Amino acid sequence: MIGIIDYHLNNLRSVQKAFEKVGAESFISDNAAELRKADKLILPGVGAFGQAMLNLQSLGLDTVVKEHAASGKYLLGICLGMQLLFTKSYELGDFNGLNLVNGEVKIFPSTVKVPHMGWNQVEIVRQSPILNGVEEKSFVYFVHSYFVEPKENVTLTQTDYGFKFTSIIEQNNIFGIQFHPEKSQTTGLQLLKNFSKL
Amino acid sequence: MLAKRIIPCLDVDKGRVVKGTNFLELIDAGDPIEQAKFYDREGADELIFLDITASSDNRSTMIDVVRRTAEEVSIPFTIGGGIRTTDDMREMLRSGADKVSINTAAVKNSQIINNGAENFGVQCIVVAIDAKKIADDKWKVFIHGGRTETELDVIEWAQECEQRGAGEILLTSMDRDGTKDGYDITLLKKVTNAVRIPVIASGGAGTLEHLYYAFNDADVDAVLAASIFHFRQFTIKQAKEFLRSKNILVRT
Repeated sequence: MIGIIDYHLNNLRSVQKAFEKVGAESFISDNAAELRKADKLILPGVGAFGQAMLNLQSLGLDTVVKEHAASGKYLLGICLGMQLLFTKSYELGDFNGLNLVNGEVKIFPSTVKVPHMGWNQVEIVRQSPILNGVEEKSFVYFVHSYFVEPKENVTLTQTDYGFKFTSIIEQNNIFGIQFHPEKSQTTGLQLLKNFSKL
Repeated sequence: MLAKRIIPCLDVDKGRVVKGTNFLELIDAGDPIEQAKFYDREGADELIFLDITASSDNRSTMIDVVRRTAEEVSIPFTIGGGIRTTDDMREMLRSGADKVSINTAAVKNSQIINNGAENFGVQCIVVAIDAKKIADDKWKVFIHGGRTETELDVIEWAQECEQRGAGEILLTSMDRDGTKDGYDITLLKKVTNAVRIPVIASGGAGTLEHLYYAFNDADVDAVLAASIFHFRQFTIKQAKEFLRSKNILVRT
């Protein structure tokens, strides 16, 4: 069963609905005990990094995510949820993340429009089972002002926005997707289906 | 690279899609959820629902339409009309909207932009600006669905919205809205040059060339159109094929 972590920032129904469409059962919860029972965890998210970490901590869910990752079970961060997996973010200050993936979260340079909003393409850097059936240069829906800069070789896909940034990561049992698979039609659903089958 | 977006706008009044001419004459054009599903399948990049009367007659907006749309469509959608407080925003976002659009409320209390951005992130705060030309190269901001003039200059207001944390500007030319004479390229260009956040062109689309001019001449990020799609003058697919033939990157 897939647990979708609710840390009170946004609507999670569209994520759950997307899993329904690919035939995977999931539940939404903000309860640590319930989420500990999940085989796979989804850390979704929109909003600001600092507030997200505070909410996770106050619900005791940061520990749940860390324990889950350490146990070798699959974890997927989506959008802000992916950024939270990293060491540190500079969004509206300096904030420590969950530090499961070594790297930082930075704002886009002043040469491009921010937020990076709309449909952009994924370029496959390294193949992985989560990318099964995902075509090179597929369009997916992004909306974010910050991007991740991993320190290790975890990048599966990159995306061109004047320069290339990491759009999907894989580090052992930990995955992250910068865009919104639940809002990206067939390509997004394919990714979630692949994740549900890992 | 980032594709340019085509966004059908569903003006909603009492649960039905309508499209006015210069915001006055309304013609019934169908059920919002059915239209949303249709546009999703047809390749629209995003959708916007505007509850066109909510702001003026104190009616709160369309939670039910939002919930049902969130269940049925797999592209992002924005809700606007009658959103006055961060609680209204939260309710819309938690019901399944991806973004909220504010207009009158932002002008009356601009702090709502800051509060919305801080609470929910800049990515979901769209500020809609209704602009009316009052002199050469000068546009004023109107509120209450275009019925009330304000003292605000459109360019300065757009910049203030960006500073306060708006993630996107939905810029409607009231002079062009419903005319099918084309977007107000001069106005759009002024605003895209003045801000770094994405700008959606609105008001006046009548042909596919109009969409092209907005992208090519005014460098907007998205175009919003209603009548040309609602009355099947063009399909989204035709619009994209045309733009692609003009070397505008659109999603396949």
